[in-house]
Amino acid sequence: MSDQSTTQTRELAPARSAWHVALVRPETMTFLLLIFGLIGASYLSPFFLDINYILRSFTLTAEMSIVALVLTMVIISGEIDLSPAANMALSACIFAWVQAAGAPIYLAVLVALFAGLAMGALNAFMSIRMQLPSIIVTIGTLIFFRGLAQVIAGDKSIRVPDSFIGINTVMIAGIPLPVIIFFAMAIILGFVLGATIIGRQIYQIGTNKEAALHAGINSTRIKVGLFLLLGLVSAAAGIMAVSRLGSVRYDLVLGGELQMVLMAMLGGTYIFGGRGTILGTFLAAWLLVIVSTGMTVANLLPAIQLTVLGILLIVAIIATNFIYARTQR
Amino acid sequence: MTLVRSILLRREAGILVMIVLFCAAVGFYKPQFLTLQSLKIILLLTPLVMIGAMAQMLVLVARHVDLSIGSMLGFSAMVVGLMYREYPDIYWLLGFPVAIFTGAILGLGNGLLVTIFSLPSIIVTLGTLSLYRGLTFIISDARQINRSVIPTELKVMSRTSPIFDIPWIILIAFGIALMTFIIARHTQLGRQIYALGSNPEAAPLRGIDVTKVTLIVFTLAGALSGLAGILYASRWGFVNPSNTGAGFEFQVIAAVVIGGVSINGGIGTVMGTVLGVLLLGCVAAALPLLGIPGSTQNSIYGAVILIALLIDRSVRQGGIIKRSGAIE
Repeated sequence: MSDQSTTQTRELAPARSAWHVALVRPETMTFLLLIFGLIGASYLSPFFLDINYILRSFTLTAEMSIVALVLTMVIISGEIDLSPAANMALSACIFAWVQAAGAPIYLAVLVALFAGLAMGALNAFMSIRMQLPSIIVTIGTLIFFRGLAQVIAGDKSIRVPDSFIGINTVMIAGIPLPVIIFFAMAIILGFVLGATIIGRQIYQIGTNKEAALHAGINSTRIKVGLFLLLGLVSAAAGIMAVSRLGSVRYDLVLGGELQMVLMAMLGGTYIFGGRGTILGTFLAAWLLVIVSTGMTVANLLPAIQLTVLGILLIVAIIATNFIYARTQR
Repeated sequence: MTLVRSILLRREAGILVMIVLFCAAVGFYKPQFLTLQSLKIILLLTPLVMIGAMAQMLVLVARHVDLSIGSMLGFSAMVVGLMYREYPDIYWLLGFPVAIFTGAILGLGNGLLVTIFSLPSIIVTLGTLSLYRGLTFIISDARQINRSVIPTELKVMSRTSPIFDIPWIILIAFGIALMTFIIARHTQLGRQIYALGSNPEAAPLRGIDVTKVTLIVFTLAGALSGLAGILYASRWGFVNPSNTGAGFEFQVIAAVVIGGVSINGGIGTVMGTVLGVLLLGCVAAALPLLGIPGSTQNSIYGAVILIALLIDRSVRQGGIIKRSGAIE
């Protein structure tokens, strides 16, 4: 009997058609949700389906979306980082502080980027070199970075010169610059993750660390590289946020780690590593923008939006776990 | 000699030494730090964190983590505050069972999500952190519960004392610590929590109902957060939907990790956690005395967590005291 059932599954396996394979991919779920979100939101308000309005709304979360792309790669490699939002705040405060002290803008940018790299290095040192669980380490660094930002900026906000303000109003072919950067990052990282040896190695480390070791993959180097990249990109995102807002306080993107993890989870990244795509996170970032602007258009309280984000995170992780459990047989 | 050695090798001794050194150093610059008055200040800073730390300790020992403790505190405090506002004539002590029950329900929610869908607790509680906070805004209509609404009997609890001039709120916190000690050391449930955290694969083979133990741990954490919620209303006299309990989980995690509770589960004592809470209390009390602005407090907490993690790691790798040769 058992023999028969195994042969049956073996015969069934090739019968899966291409659309079936595509359908059980978590990105498809994200894409369908995106379509539903668009229809639902345009039903709520006829003004919603204005492409310029959506693009402008996207600039509000573009920084976090860019960071979420790199975070996706970190999660696929089997680690996690909850500190990028605090990193953004600290880098932004350092940037504003250095330029307020009289340094030229480009020097301030360099200092902030270096600070972001150093924060990534601290995470990498604690969780890779010291082999502590990255989830607890980055809770510690989250508090630490945010606390340092508070030390630097106090409770005041630091202004930046007018010439530096307004990255979100720079248009290239009618598209805001942050959105262009997001597209470019998604294409580059998607290529690295999907079509290069390093990308395949990232998946392999996340799927099975021991097997990756036996296959001769230097997982330490790759993971350290990912943490450093995440630190650097978070700092750049922090500077972009300063340029958009015109001033910075220590509570910049407070609680942003939730949204970043949510983007990765909604895009179908597997929390235990080894699965996920840049495309998924890319779609999820748009989905979140549609959802939150939809809620704003519908005049929902910000508090209800907080509730919805929490529910979405839990539902997204249950759904991806379910899909992966189904396809893993 | 072996007795002294075994005491010195314990993790708690290290924290005690840190507390003594810290207090001595601060006392050297500011002698008024070493008075009974400042001891009272330290103790008054700690009760809420103490109760939260007991909850988090049990969760961490079971190899989970609960990030939603602060939001559960806020929600429970808000429910009690609304109850006092809508029914001003209600018997004030009724707030305690209501807060504890509310917290327990929220904690059970965390536990169910973790066990039914076998999800990592950190992501679930990151979600409920935001979900419960949002619900707090919704039930309160984003408005604060004012001082006048909280019953006077409740508010004076953090000032009046039944015995030795120690306020009720501190006695309750130490009572909870004692209760946790008994649960951890002298009940079957406690031993099962430790067994589960030490080796989640072996626990079911030993006949431990993993689902049940996990659910109890998360429910207990919720109930204790609820208790901390009503004590927040007692201590500060108001409940605010955005401030009450915000960032509380970080203080609690800091205290617990300093107290030597291992993040890998299975290891942790009530004594160590109490000392960790007291050390944080000393730091918080010393900062204004030394003229260091309060805005540095969070960065110090963060740094202390990272250092404690490194110490925890070196202890696991053969003992920090043994390696430095201080005993031999």
